[in-house]
Amino acid sequence: MSAVLTADGGATGAKAPRSESTWLGAWRRFRSNRVGLWALIVLAGFGLLVALSALGWVAGDWQTEKGVANAPPTFMGPAQPQVASAAAAASGPLLDLSSVDPLAPRYREWTERAAKLETTEPHKVDTLPFGGDRLGRDVLAKAIKGAQISILVGVLAALVATLIGTVLGALAGFFGGKIGDALEWLYNVFTAIPSILLIFAFAAVAGRGVQSVVLILGLTGWTGIYRLIRAEFIKHAVRDYVRAAEAIGASAGARIFRHILPNVSHVMLVQLSILVVGFIKAEVILSYLGLGVSVDQVSWGTMLSEAQSELILGYWWQLVAATTFMAVFVTAFSLVTDAMRDALDPKLRGLE
Amino acid sequence: MTAYLIRRIWQMVPTLIGVVLLVFLLFKQFGGDPAEILGGLNATPEQVQQIREQLGLNEPWWVQLGIFAKQIVTFDWGRSWATNESVANLFATRLPATLTVMTPILLLDALLAIPFALLVAYLRGSLTDRTIMIATTVALSVSFLVYVIVGQYVFAFRLGWFPVQGWSDSLLTNLAVFVPLPVMLAVMVGIAPQTRLYRTFFLDEIGQDYVRTARAKGLTEPRILLTHVMRNATIPILTNLAVALPGIFVGSFLIEVFFSIPGLGREVLLAVNRSDYPVIQAVTIYLAVITMVVNLATDVLYKLVDPRVVLR
Repeated sequence: MSAVLTADGGATGAKAPRSESTWLGAWRRFRSNRVGLWALIVLAGFGLLVALSALGWVAGDWQTEKGVANAPPTFMGPAQPQVASAAAAASGPLLDLSSVDPLAPRYREWTERAAKLETTEPHKVDTLPFGGDRLGRDVLAKAIKGAQISILVGVLAALVATLIGTVLGALAGFFGGKIGDALEWLYNVFTAIPSILLIFAFAAVAGRGVQSVVLILGLTGWTGIYRLIRAEFIKHAVRDYVRAAEAIGASAGARIFRHILPNVSHVMLVQLSILVVGFIKAEVILSYLGLGVSVDQVSWGTMLSEAQSELILGYWWQLVAATTFMAVFVTAFSLVTDAMRDALDPKLRGLE
Repeated sequence: MTAYLIRRIWQMVPTLIGVVLLVFLLFKQFGGDPAEILGGLNATPEQVQQIREQLGLNEPWWVQLGIFAKQIVTFDWGRSWATNESVANLFATRLPATLTVMTPILLLDALLAIPFALLVAYLRGSLTDRTIMIATTVALSVSFLVYVIVGQYVFAFRLGWFPVQGWSDSLLTNLAVFVPLPVMLAVMVGIAPQTRLYRTFFLDEIGQDYVRTARAKGLTEPRILLTHVMRNATIPILTNLAVALPGIFVGSFLIEVFFSIPGLGREVLLAVNRSDYPVIQAVTIYLAVITMVVNLATDVLYKLVDPRVVLR
């Protein structure tokens, strides 16, 4: 719109002041928020980490058992060797069982064959930078790999929920009438069931795994965004610019997606990021309850569920690593969301 | 008023039918074969066939839907597949434990968060306000799971102030011995988001003209806040409490699992893990009804709190 105006202005000589686009204005307001900017940098760091981990350049070997079991973090030094009280050696004569043991004739052969094989005991380090888990896997690598899965689940599920909520909300708000009533009914049905129970019911039939968690959270989490988008579409559908588009022959689809949707996209963006935080936390709870990602994968949720039994034995590092990673990410994400909402909220515009 | 109530209750019917259809579709279409689950790994094909007959699984889907609808209308949910306990009995025995834990949590949450939020809203923009807002943001970023793990470890395992977990038959013992730690942890976690939410409600009101008028005519600050602002912010607060209320019946799953409280939440989770559909179906439909009734009750309460509200 503004591009057309300036082109006209250029033709008549006097250049009209170019009006600032919504997104440019939002970015300008966002930049002036120092906290939001720092949080965005932290998020970018996490984004890089996730990308490197997805490419396998970082933490690709999280499953290797590098250290001894429950290796402490490096700054604490190696664990004190535990003095095991030796069991008393058995006294009494050794019974010769070779007459009844059916495998007895082959023992010699096996010992000879075993001697031919070369075995190496892999060197296991005593300490790891952030400690090791009960199998001696590097907790730092696990936390990075876990970040990849947890963030992926959160973002994908939020995208699914936003997509469903936006499409249904747009249809309900734009068309109203029968379609609107039907979608309102669907919304009422989904909100009548408490969300945690809905998640459980979906989890009961969907099974475990990343795809399941994404689907469960996405299919149950769309109601809030549906409500907001529907309200926006009701408001916008009767505005002049939409009627003008209709007058020049724009189809309903074009009006919904090309004309109205860009004008409500800021609502989508803010809701999307609120959902990401909620879903990352939900994944942790689901994984702890045994309904989350499958056992051969690692996420912050599976790390925390392992950490419970480790903590009792005094191995606190896995808990601290997972919690710290998650807290930093979620705090940064929440701060960016707040800053983004302030920058995009139409109600605050013009009040500066 | 009566006409309003009748209309609202009438409107619940299509929603309830939707919930029934959703649950039916979910389990019949996407769930595993109940006969295989029930029969276990060693069941012979004949046994599986027999179970199918028993459950009416060989009937066409509309007959099955009819059986399901009849269960709902007659409140006869049959028996749990896993334990053969009747679902009605299961509810009656598990609900008291859930209520014993959840009622104090909900009450304390509201009673602590509302005055606290009012104070923070009153101090808006000050260092205290900003510190509390940042503290709640950070506190919210840590998973509930971590609070429970660490809380149980520190207060019960290390310091020994409370039992690590457990439950008894006596209500008094439960309230005095087993309930305090879970309640304390749940309230600690719940208070941060509640405070943030209520703070925005109060802030909306503090900026209104009537507050300025009240100040201009010389009312004291406590009176302005407690009488005027509080009364006007009641509606959003009520709405929020109403949303939390149905949760009291399932309780916090995590709390019950963690502290071995024999409540409904833990039972539902067990049912999910064992694909015990009768239990899940019953809980889902009961809760949907409770949610709708609570919503209606809240709307009626609006009218009592704020005479300007017109129920349509």
